Amino acid sequence: MSIDRTDIEKLGELARIAVTEENIEATTRSINEVLALVDQLQSANTANVKPLANPLDATQRLRHDQISESNHRDDFQPLAPATENGLYLVPKVID
Amino acid sequence: MTWETVIGLEVHTQLATQTKIFSGASTEFGAEPNTQACAIDLAMPGTLPVLNEEALRMAVMFGLAIDADIGKISAFERKNYFYPDLPKGYQTTQLEKPIVLGGHVDIELADGSTKTIRIHHAHLEEDAGKSLHEDFHGMSGIDLNRAGTPLIEIVSEPDMSNADEAVAFAKKLHAIVTSLEICDGIMAHGSMRFDVNVSVRQLGDELGTRTETKNLNSFRFMEKAIKKEVERQIDLIEDGGSVRQETRLYDGDTDIARSMRSKEEANDYRYFPCPDLLPIEIDQAYIDAIKASLPELPEARHQRFMEQYQLSSYDAGVLGDDAATAQYFETTADQCDDAKLAANWVSGELAAKLNSEDMPIQQSPVSAEQLAALITRISDKTISNKMAREVFDAIWQGEGEPDAIIEARGLKQVSNSGAIEVMVDEVIANSAKQVDNYRNADVAKRPKMLGYFVGQIMTASKGQANPQQVNKILLSKLNALL
Repeated sequence: MSIDRTDIEKLGELARIAVTEENIEATTRSINEVLALVDQLQSANTANVKPLANPLDATQRLRHDQISESNHRDDFQPLAPATENGLYLVPKVID
Repeated sequence: MTWETVIGLEVHTQLATQTKIFSGASTEFGAEPNTQACAIDLAMPGTLPVLNEEALRMAVMFGLAIDADIGKISAFERKNYFYPDLPKGYQTTQLEKPIVLGGHVDIELADGSTKTIRIHHAHLEEDAGKSLHEDFHGMSGIDLNRAGTPLIEIVSEPDMSNADEAVAFAKKLHAIVTSLEICDGIMAHGSMRFDVNVSVRQLGDELGTRTETKNLNSFRFMEKAIKKEVERQIDLIEDGGSVRQETRLYDGDTDIARSMRSKEEANDYRYFPCPDLLPIEIDQAYIDAIKASLPELPEARHQRFMEQYQLSSYDAGVLGDDAATAQYFETTADQCDDAKLAANWVSGELAAKLNSEDMPIQQSPVSAEQLAALITRISDKTISNKMAREVFDAIWQGEGEPDAIIEARGLKQVSNSGAIEVMVDEVIANSAKQVDNYRNADVAKRPKMLGYFVGQIMTASKGQANPQQVNKILLSKLNALL
């Protein structure tokens, strides 16, 4: 599998990563190199291997349903560019 | 042309846990903005999610209640998209291995028959925050208290064929999750939200193109939105056009639906397994233990209400489907010892009042205990039904306990037959002319003539004489004079 510059442009937009005209060629090439590695992996015989959701041979630990986090709004909000009345302010989003 | 409608539902159900699905922050509704959004909910670097065991248990309870398979190994995926109320840039959800697979919910149709709606699956995921679009100097406000609240998204098969069936299905789901006590079911808080997939086709044709109307938060809005969308699609096709696959928004207050301006790639979520969370493994013993502790489900309660309280199937449905209503009714009925009256009051006066104030029964200003005490005063004939409604309103307004209100307002009905006899004797003695007329009147006309006497007696008693007793005593005294 390989991808071309149209795919890279679309991915850039989806991921909100600026892909400039100067580096689009290089980005396309290096991602294609990664995909070539994936192609190589695809050729391995996995008929007897179960699909794996995580490489660690472990299962998820669970947490008790008890409140352990208190209000730290005053610590977090100074990190944001804009806040008002306890709300984080962001550029207007309309669907 | 005969059109057929095909409807499928996706139901976002907030789980009634104390804390978020992946963090120890509180999920309580109504807190000050962002006071319940911790570092994990805000997606601060270096944080790791840990699954809430209660969220998992509640999802398994739901699966067992609808006869589904439980995924013994389930896993979380990341659904990637950018929106300001989703701080991580992805929603942690389940795709390949959801916790609940298959199952079914049976609904009762208007003609009394039963229809089975199949469930495709239900999965665990996190809720997003809330965007407030009021104007903050040209910006939007974000409250992340809701971010990370555990949800199960219940996905039905497209088995419903009109708005009524979709509403019946949604109400049944509401009854199930509230009975299981895994969701508070308060629609006004967004505890259950519906996405509706609708398509139309001519009878026998292949499935038509569907649209999705998102985020409907009441049964009534859902019904209106479906009817409107079905009409729109049929009009479109009959006018020679075609339905475009799109996501739509419906505003219940204005009854206006519109297409969401969304770019083509918006639906490219690039799911992949979440590396921060390991697969969840549960065993049969865990499932069996939950199965053994499942509370009574709506269908069983419906049956029990009919038998235990002698209710009609209709009343048993009205009172028994919603767990909070059922609990209120049972407390009332058990404490007042008159199930029939309790049923009438809960489904009548109380329901009407709650409805007009748009208030869930959990927040009723009249408690089940107070209503039971009020009904007891009707049963023991202290007050009439009419007086009871006055007392009910007074309790609602916060004037205190029923007995105190009855006392304070002097509402006691006079049922003491001695007292009533004295009043009847007085009225008869002062109404010689009317008594003569009564005596000389035709037998058939006499009952009508009683009205005068009853009116006089009720006036004398300031409306507090028990009308049945007044009638009985009056009749026997008049007849004795014949």
